[in-house]
Amino acid sequence: MTAAANRTKFIKGATGDWEVVIGMEIHAQVTSRSKLFSGASTAFGGDPNSHVSLVDAAMPGMLPVINEECVRQAVRTGLGLKAQINLRSVFDRKNYFYPDLPQGYQISQYKHPIVGEGEVVVDVTPTEQIRVGIERLHLEQDAGKSLHDQSPTSSFVDLNRSGVALMEIVSRPDLRSAEEARAYVTKLRTILRYLGTCDGDMEKGSLRADVNVSVRKPGAPLGTRCEIKNVNSIRFIGQAVEVEARRQIAILEDGGKIDQETRLFDPGRGETRAMRSKEEAHDYRYFPDPDLLPLEFEQTLVDELASALPELPDAKKARFMSDYGLASYDAGVLVMERDTADYFEDMVREGADAKAAANWLINEYFGRLNKAGLTIETGPVSARANSAIVQMVSGDVISGKIAKDLIEIVWEAGPQADPRKIVEERGMKQVTDTGAIEAAVDAIIAANPDKVEQAKAKPTMLGWFVGQVMKQTGGKANPQSVNELLKSKLGL
Amino acid sequence: MTALNELTLAEARDKLAAREISATELTRAHIDAIEKARALNAYIAETPDHAITMARQSDERIARGEAGPLEGLPLGVKDLYATNGAHTQACSRILEGFKPVYESTVTANLWRDGAVMLGKLNMDEFAMGSSNETSCYGPVASPWLPPGWSQEQARAAGAGDKKGLLVPGGSSGGSAAAVAAHLCLGATASDTGGSIRQPAAFTGTVGIKPTYGRCSRWGMVAFASSLDQAGPIARTVRDCAIMLRSMAGYDPKDATCVDMPTPDYEKALGASLKGRRIGIPKEYRVDGMSEEIDALWRKGIDFMRDAGAEIVDISLPHTKYALPAYYIVAPAEASSNLARYDGVRYGLREQGRDIVEMYEKTRAKGFGPEVRRRVLIGTYVLSAGYYDAYYVRAQKIRTLIRRDFETAFHAGVDAILTPATPSAAFGIGEKTSADPVEMYLNDVFTVTVNMAGLPGLAVPGGLSRDGLPLGLQLIGRPFDEETLFSAAHVIEQSAGRVQLPASWWA
Repeated sequence: MTAAANRTKFIKGATGDWEVVIGMEIHAQVTSRSKLFSGASTAFGGDPNSHVSLVDAAMPGMLPVINEECVRQAVRTGLGLKAQINLRSVFDRKNYFYPDLPQGYQISQYKHPIVGEGEVVVDVTPTEQIRVGIERLHLEQDAGKSLHDQSPTSSFVDLNRSGVALMEIVSRPDLRSAEEARAYVTKLRTILRYLGTCDGDMEKGSLRADVNVSVRKPGAPLGTRCEIKNVNSIRFIGQAVEVEARRQIAILEDGGKIDQETRLFDPGRGETRAMRSKEEAHDYRYFPDPDLLPLEFEQTLVDELASALPELPDAKKARFMSDYGLASYDAGVLVMERDTADYFEDMVREGADAKAAANWLINEYFGRLNKAGLTIETGPVSARANSAIVQMVSGDVISGKIAKDLIEIVWEAGPQADPRKIVEERGMKQVTDTGAIEAAVDAIIAANPDKVEQAKAKPTMLGWFVGQVMKQTGGKANPQSVNELLKSKLGL
Repeated sequence: MTALNELTLAEARDKLAAREISATELTRAHIDAIEKARALNAYIAETPDHAITMARQSDERIARGEAGPLEGLPLGVKDLYATNGAHTQACSRILEGFKPVYESTVTANLWRDGAVMLGKLNMDEFAMGSSNETSCYGPVASPWLPPGWSQEQARAAGAGDKKGLLVPGGSSGGSAAAVAAHLCLGATASDTGGSIRQPAAFTGTVGIKPTYGRCSRWGMVAFASSLDQAGPIARTVRDCAIMLRSMAGYDPKDATCVDMPTPDYEKALGASLKGRRIGIPKEYRVDGMSEEIDALWRKGIDFMRDAGAEIVDISLPHTKYALPAYYIVAPAEASSNLARYDGVRYGLREQGRDIVEMYEKTRAKGFGPEVRRRVLIGTYVLSAGYYDAYYVRAQKIRTLIRRDFETAFHAGVDAILTPATPSAAFGIGEKTSADPVEMYLNDVFTVTVNMAGLPGLAVPGGLSRDGLPLGLQLIGRPFDEETLFSAAHVIEQSAGRVQLPASWWA
């Protein structure tokens, strides 16, 4: 779908509609035990400078040697993005001076990246899907970290991150709104997590975005863009796009022009600030790193990795819709995280009806997890237990209302809890014995003749009767039976 | 009897094996010689205590019958190689006080095989130079007496600023001078554009730059990564063959190091040249080449022919572009390789108001003029707008140069014979004030070999009219160092070893 078609995304300005054009460079930390060119650990949170090899500290005479696992992870990611895998790629040096860059250059891939063009399908809303082009993916080293708060007179440097492998994933300028930008990063993160090539933990800096934003009048050529560096949450990405687009529109509507520059997003103030202009941009003097031979591998490696790839979210979603008859939205929610999808399938495997299981998870269990700040992995209720609950509701063993009480109990009891046993022991079973229900119905009708009169004129009174019956039966009466009995006895 | 330090490495090895001498006395003889030869300024860090400890351990291993191939043989190490806990500065102020906590692969290989380290040898700063005059420790004097000089004159100059004494060549000037003056049995050196072969030629010693990838570069201070290669300088072809066998070998820590078995190079000595084809490239007959060098070359050709080799005229048409292309590629890589010397983590730091001023002051004070010149050239040729005109074109030329050699080898040439240098050694101070290009011209016969990644060997072919050594260069197919050793051995046998005149320094 081309953006020009979608007028709903335009931003209203004083002079009319504006279209935002967004492209992104995502830096995703490769999941690997050791760094891209050294054996030092990539573990997060070590004491400063505790994960630093001689290579990472750029001691004289030290040489980089490629970590093959990082190469495999990049290829897996490329396959997950349905992208061209380049069997020959080249590492270049990007030269600049900075204290947290010990070599005085970053080893990156400039002209010949390991992964070429690909595509990501993004669900912006349950009904709107866009395709975002991937221009390239390349491998590069992360830098260290300058610490300015350790001493009043000096800055310190922590090289633990120095040399950690990053994948830079560059999108085409195919995004047209903050919402699309958020949805794209969300989807990319989902894919990376499915592949196991990046943990996607934005709080720890495993996923960072440089966001390129420009605005134009619909149909006009591309405007001058600004690059917003290092935005580190999906929410901030949306905010940064929003405020940057409005800033540019205000300038243009004032008759000004946009300077191509690098900016920083300040979430506290909700604004972007100039970092450096195009004139101040570094001349990185890229050239092929002579310490490394071109990176070459066989198609068989690619085929091998492709055959071992897990089912990816798009395929899983399609399968959930066709095999389980789930709605697009529900399937989309369930496949967002691989663990969630697996949990759902475990519930079905345990015997729950798929649609009922999906409903239960999305409308009940996820809410509880969210409230408790837990995830599907850390939550206290097993897939087996949730499956049992859903099965009991579907089989009319318990009512939906009781199910909510039941999960409360199971939640407290922990993953070993057996919901069937609890229902049995606590007498939570639904009353389906029509005799007992009928007795309760009759008692309520007899006790409330005035309401019976009112109900004849106003059928919505039925709800009040249902409530009374449920109260009388401790919530265990089958609501459908109650409804039917009441209707016939009240003559509705 | 020959003084112990005047033995060849092979002779010393055999005497140690026969228990005629001990490693400790052999080492002590070298330590004494080094102390007396400080006027040469060949060693910039002597490690006598360490040497004696190593020698004693060697004697114990010899006694136990556990001797390695280089057991007990005292060697010098170019300051470019990281030596654990010992001075390692590539003769640059910017690495002031730097002592690594690691050992280069090449030197580790030597110690594994039993060799003894005498100390660190002077060199041009970061191996940038052809006369050993750019070292932060001052120039090295060649042990060869300048033509027409008396011993007293030389002694006086040696005690002073050394002006007028002969350069030993560079950048491995300390290695070549120490080997020539019997201050070690052999030395490690390195060659980026001729830094082994030119000093060997100037000092009447033998040096080989093996094929790129034969020796590990791990732990060698980098100058130009795609050209740098380790190699030995020693007094005979055999000694070089023995040393290279220990230095070479696959190292997974260097991605450009080749996983191939290392041959026993010593076995190549004495192999017949009958039917081997030696190429003579017409492009090496450069304008203004002295009659003396031409005569040397003709003599070398005769040696080869007399040994049964077939002499073939060949053409390496892109030779004339090699030097200018080299002086783009090497500085480009150097400008990036030397970026790590920023005063942040080790070596010299000059304080500044802010980080930029600290960088500027540190690098201005830490790097000498030649290093600064090459960093500037390298930065320039890589910068936006100039990259294609310089760096990319130089790389294309490099490909053409490699192809020239491939064509010659493909046509059946086994090795190529050329002069090693366009002249004999010149005097200290003679070329320092001149156009730097004049100094760069020293490498005109040697840089092509680095650009093509081939093995090249320099061996003495005779003396100049003034009595100074002149070297011949043999260039081989990739990883065919053995042919070079065979052919060089023939030259050595035919020309006779050059004899160093009596010492003026001790």
